[in-house]
Amino acid sequence: MTAITHHIPDALLAAYATGNLPQAYSLVVAAHVSLCLDCRATVEAHQAAGGVVLDSVGAEPVSDRLKSGVLDLLDAPFVPEPRFQRSGVFPGPVVEALKGKPPRWKSLGLGVRQSILAADRDGSVRLLSIPPGQAVPDHSHNGLELTLVLEGSFRDETGRFAVGDVEVADQSLEHTPIAEPGPACICLAATDAPLRFNALIPRLLQPLFRI
Amino acid sequence: MLAVRDQRDRAAFAALFDHFAPRLKGFVMRSGTSPAQAEEIVQEVMLTIWRKAGQFDPARAQVSAWIYQITRNRQIDMIRKDRRPRPEELDQDPETGPDPGQMLAVEQEAGQLKQALTRLKPNQREMIEKAYLGELTHQEISSQTGLPLGTIKSRIRLGLDRLRHELKELR
Repeated sequence: MTAITHHIPDALLAAYATGNLPQAYSLVVAAHVSLCLDCRATVEAHQAAGGVVLDSVGAEPVSDRLKSGVLDLLDAPFVPEPRFQRSGVFPGPVVEALKGKPPRWKSLGLGVRQSILAADRDGSVRLLSIPPGQAVPDHSHNGLELTLVLEGSFRDETGRFAVGDVEVADQSLEHTPIAEPGPACICLAATDAPLRFNALIPRLLQPLFRI
Repeated sequence: MLAVRDQRDRAAFAALFDHFAPRLKGFVMRSGTSPAQAEEIVQEVMLTIWRKAGQFDPARAQVSAWIYQITRNRQIDMIRKDRRPRPEELDQDPETGPDPGQMLAVEQEAGQLKQALTRLKPNQREMIEKAYLGELTHQEISSQTGLPLGTIKSRIRLGLDRLRHELKELR
């Protein structure tokens, strides 16, 4: 396997580390960071800066009963936070978004399948499976789109994207990603707006498929 | 913190509480949270520190960095209905012992960052505080925060390299 060559820009990692990033993008960042030690180091560097801010932002006296309350609860039973580890090609955060189950694929035609993980008015995040040689319909974007490759690879006007790579696309990019030979290309894709397709018919189908 | 993690030392935890609880309350209240709700968050964060102490890795983070992350997770989980997506946790390699030099270096780099923050102009410092408090949109955050993060990032990368993780074999 080759090394990750397309990383997440620092500003987005900073937005993630500080909790300023919408949920859909946060899932892509958390999944990429699970695969990429460089980007993990950047996120943790921002957490170090966050710790410095926490340390210097100014203290407020706490009530006496807060401390005794916390100390009394140290032995109380608690439900540990769930820990999701990698399963097949899916990094832990994706497994968590799937609630530990396999994806429920829906066909979009021409062998392309999707599984929507979350969608609300702030954006959507989904898995896409694109058979080799197949193009994702030519589209441009209303907002920002982050696409992380989980299996296989794709190529478009801007380069080649393999496992672990993230493509960051905005309004200015009109591109046609085509899956390369090999296994179907499985991607995790997040947008903050519906995709616009350049052909008329896919545009009419958009509300139906939520692509 | 290490006494809390390794010996489950309650007196050490009480000292940690005395240091961090007021800072945490101040930090949470800066975002407009009421004092009563802020204390609820402080309680949950302090309990998480006790329960998850085994995950603290001084080769990668000063204590306040680890607590910052726990705090932001808690705040975001409260605002959103879904849990904030978190990266996979990395397990420490049982065969590599602690590296005091690395731990000290992380502490020193954090101290350098603190000094850098105090040297900034007031308006620049205010922007950084807003960013780390979570009060900016992602469009408002530029890669230039004004803090020199390069050296601590390299140091954390060394700490990460000490971990045995399956992605080393994967890639």
